[in-house]
Amino acid sequence: MSTTAIDRGGVALEGLPEHANVPWRPRADEAAIIQAGQRWTRSMLAHVVPISATGLFFMLLGPVPAVVGLILLAHAWAIPELYANRGAGVLRSRRPVASTAEGRALLLLGDLVSDEARRVHGETGLILEHGKLGVWLLAEAGAVLVAPGGRRVFCYCVKATGRDLPTSDRIAHLLLALRCDEYGFVTVANLGFSGATWRLRRRLAPEHREALREATRAAVQGLGYR
Amino acid sequence: MPKLIRLDQTGHTMLAEWSADDQTTFEAAAAAFRAQLDRGYFGLVSLSDGRAEQVTELPVDAPMVILRRPIAGG
Repeated sequence: MSTTAIDRGGVALEGLPEHANVPWRPRADEAAIIQAGQRWTRSMLAHVVPISATGLFFMLLGPVPAVVGLILLAHAWAIPELYANRGAGVLRSRRPVASTAEGRALLLLGDLVSDEARRVHGETGLILEHGKLGVWLLAEAGAVLVAPGGRRVFCYCVKATGRDLPTSDRIAHLLLALRCDEYGFVTVANLGFSGATWRLRRRLAPEHREALREATRAAVQGLGYR
Repeated sequence: MPKLIRLDQTGHTMLAEWSADDQTTFEAAAAAFRAQLDRGYFGLVSLSDGRAEQVTELPVDAPMVILRRPIAGG
């Protein structure tokens, strides 16, 4: 990891230091992220197409095999839904406890973000952040990246390692790490799902759907990319 | 006045304040900063363009330096 002197007398580090904890992972870049999305699509097709084809074949054989065919088709439908549900899980949060600590954490988080992000957080509990790779939605234990164009999402499991941190504090940890090094953030996080935005939207809580709608709109319009 | 803030279980804790003109307060803040780095925290400065920069020494004139815990894939 290289260092560069900065004007204010401190010494700035390039890259997220947490990458040292996962040295086997190559540093992510745009191409790697696109490839990860393509792998998810190929993997889904590899699951769904053979099962669907087999199901259709059974349905053509007659009424009794058709029952098996229906079961297989349901299975083919369920597999992507289960993965999308896993992706939606990264945005699920414990309900924030009204406490002094949570209030203090919320104040600091509010200071770190824009008016727009404060409004979205107030309505949905998620922080909307514009990055180089697209538009991010941050929760306490995960993040969703809406890729430019708004048609594909990447759901990452990632969280602060401290225990007993307030919800807003956990979000602030992710926000600061993301702002420090977006590619490092993607490298350290675990990809839980990548796929169509509409597939994820169906599995989200209503308030999170609203946040995803806002993020998708920004990603379509290319608003605020750094 | 520049502040050194740690994200922790209390929401956040202000560990030190210093003035660029007052070497004593800055040295005290720098010592507190180094102690937190030794405990595993990372220091960050928010930049005006929306990015953040990780620092290993306390910058004299950054308005706010935030200490955070490491993150990890879940």
